Amino acid sequence: MIELITGFFLVIGAAFMMVAALGLVRMPDLPMRLHATTKAGVLGAGLMMVGVAVYFGDGGVTARAVAVIGFLLLTAPVAAHAIGRAGYFVGVPLWEHTRSDELKGRYDDKTHTLASPPEMNESSADDEPRR
Amino acid sequence: MFEIAIIVANVLLSISLVLGFWRLYLGPTLPDRVVALELIASLTIGFIAVYVISSGRTPFIDVAMVLALTAFLAAIGFARYLEKGGHREDD
Repeated sequence: MIELITGFFLVIGAAFMMVAALGLVRMPDLPMRLHATTKAGVLGAGLMMVGVAVYFGDGGVTARAVAVIGFLLLTAPVAAHAIGRAGYFVGVPLWEHTRSDELKGRYDDKTHTLASPPEMNESSADDEPRR
Repeated sequence: MFEIAIIVANVLLSISLVLGFWRLYLGPTLPDRVVALELIASLTIGFIAVYVISSGRTPFIDVAMVLALTAFLAAIGFARYLEKGGHREDD
């Protein structure tokens, strides 16, 4: 029974990893690749570490597997955010069919700080509601 | 049955590793390659999980833990480098 559950977690985790790798190859631009690899990759690695914890059923092993999952869940979103932000500043081209780039022109090229959209500045300056 | 599960997991991870290296080779930009490297680090954690289960050598879980943290540091380092001084892609 333990072996059945472990094998289930291993295969499902490996399948999610493969979905992540497929997304990495097939997706057309950087943010979509980040989207595919970060979530599916962390889920796959986490499920495989759950399989390790189930298989051994030992306190020390389970604690270390939980630590690995915790580190993955803490670090992967931060790393993906940093890479995506850096890629946006470097000017990585977006997909040709991208409908809108909401951040375009809002970032200061020198200081990398984000400005408010001009409509919001206007409406806060005069209290009249905009028609 | 259990052996088949381990073999299937190994095969799936190996295909994923080939796909990851394919993206690492294709590029086209440096951030794409960093994303591929990060996925390869996750794949290595998966390989370590399979190896720990098939061989019973539990100390290797510590390697997976260190690998997760090192991959994070590498990604943050690349992101800092790109944001502070990297060349722009569109000029």
